[in-house]
Amino acid sequence: MSHIQIKNLKKSYVDKRRVARSGKPDAASQEIVVLDDINLEFEEGEMVCILGPSGCGKSTMLRMIAGFDQPTSGEVLINGEPIDGPRADNIFVFQHSGLLPWMTVWENVELGLRHLEDKEEKDKTIQEYITMVELTGFEHHYPHQLSGGMQRRAELARAIAVNPDTLIMDEPFSGLDFLTHMKVREEVVNMHEYIKKTTLIVTHDIDDALIMGDRVIVMSGRPSHVKLEKKLNFGRPRDLARNHELSELREEIFFMLGISYAV
Amino acid sequence: MFRKKITFPLITFLGVLILWELITRFSGWSHQVFPSPLAVLISMQELVINGELLKQSVASLFRVTIGFFLAVILGIPLGIILGRLEIAKLLFNPLVQFLRPISPLAWIPLAMLWFGIGDQPAIFLIFLSSFFPMVVSTSVAVETIKPTFFQVAANFNFSRYDVITKIVIPAITPEVITALRLTITIAWLVVVAAEMIAVQSGLGYMILDSRNALRMDYVMVGMIVIGIIGLFLDFMMRALGNIESTAWGRLSK
Ligand SMILES: Nc1ncnc2c1ncn2[C@@H]1O[C@H](COP(=O)(O)OP(=O)(O)OP(=O)(O)O)[C@@H](O)[C@H]1O
Ligand SMILES: [Mg+2]
Repeated sequence: MSHIQIKNLKKSYVDKRRVARSGKPDAASQEIVVLDDINLEFEEGEMVCILGPSGCGKSTMLRMIAGFDQPTSGEVLINGEPIDGPRADNIFVFQHSGLLPWMTVWENVELGLRHLEDKEEKDKTIQEYITMVELTGFEHHYPHQLSGGMQRRAELARAIAVNPDTLIMDEPFSGLDFLTHMKVREEVVNMHEYIKKTTLIVTHDIDDALIMGDRVIVMSGRPSHVKLEKKLNFGRPRDLARNHELSELREEIFFMLGISYAV
Repeated sequence: MFRKKITFPLITFLGVLILWELITRFSGWSHQVFPSPLAVLISMQELVINGELLKQSVASLFRVTIGFFLAVILGIPLGIILGRLEIAKLLFNPLVQFLRPISPLAWIPLAMLWFGIGDQPAIFLIFLSSFFPMVVSTSVAVETIKPTFFQVAANFNFSRYDVITKIVIPAITPEVITALRLTITIAWLVVVAAEMIAVQSGLGYMILDSRNALRMDYVMVGMIVIGIIGLFLDFMMRALGNIESTAWGRLSK
């Protein structure tokens, strides 16, 4: 059985403004279908990258997998069980920072380890993950005292410190400059090599998906369905320019997203 | 930089003093009506030495402290409840919004009838003047907490208690500190007014009593001291905002 199964998932919102304008209280006719009958499976330990046009419902889908939001119909199963809400073995990494700004890096990483009895072991674990994302020396800094890339890495440390079964990342590299983007991406790949947990990453960047993913999924515009699903059986590090198969796939996805590739 | 912050305001104050002196000399008003700065300074010295000024200031500060403190310890929790519980908001928010625009001074007759003359009606009025602003600013602050923070809390299995202590309270602290600053200023305005009617001590009473005795120099001493204490109260509240873990509120907005 797959680790995570998405079955006939559908999500729609009622457009309140449109209801008000038309004056018709008939909500069903005014609904916006965001996700339309999505069926996906994610294997234990797999890193899957999800691409799709802006506004197609990628964040919406991730929120439902994290248990923040309920499907309109269909279901999301984890180990065969429907999820009934957010939980600490299913960690969401936010598109914009999810660090608590009134807590230091140390205190943020401690969030998921609050209940550890043994203080010595707790401190050791916190230090271990802070070191892993190369934030030693910044333990007692507040998020606003860190650069954007350092904030992402701190959030990453917080997420993996709880030893979750699943990591759900919504555009973990958005808003970062080119070099920082590369650095945080490398950090995510290393982390995945190390912990081997199911990792779902939504991104806007096709190269990110092709370099990182064990599998890549492309979604269509609204109402969104799965347009392409492709396993990437290549080792890492990957060189997009030299790997013929990947370059072709890259072109295909560009085309699929409606962008002319050769500008 | 630091020098500028001291010298520029001093220049302004000096200018006001000179203008004041000129008016007393050339306006033709009697010195009884418009005492000179020097006369006021001498009167102030007199009131400091005989202990009158300290006594009245302490009386006013005592009332403000008690009334404000009660308003804060009741107002902040009520604000949090209104901000967090839909049902509490539906029940109480209309009442709060209705009572809020009624000036505390309009309560003076009732306060005196209920509590007589003395500290109690004054404290009650200060409480009223501070309570509603604290409730409203706290509940607004709670409602505008970023939903992301609550999702993080849910993701890391926070209990209801943890959500209040680790998310809600730290998240509203910067706004609450601003509210404390604005509210203590209101409380300080109200105490002077309350003391002119409901009590027979305090700086407000001193001003009224001096007017009846036609001692405008004492009136002015009272006003100056009120200004100085007001500055000091604001400074104290502002110092709260310099606590390190609230710095994000100033920097990230
Ligand atoms: N609470 C809501 N009420 C109404 N409509 C919503 C709500 N949340 C999302 N939507 C709609 O659902 C659609 C999908 O939103 P979502 O944030 O999932 O897109 P996305 O694929 O993550 O986009 P982006 O790449 O820009 O982050 C959007 O068109 C949005 O208008
Ligand atoms: Mg999104």
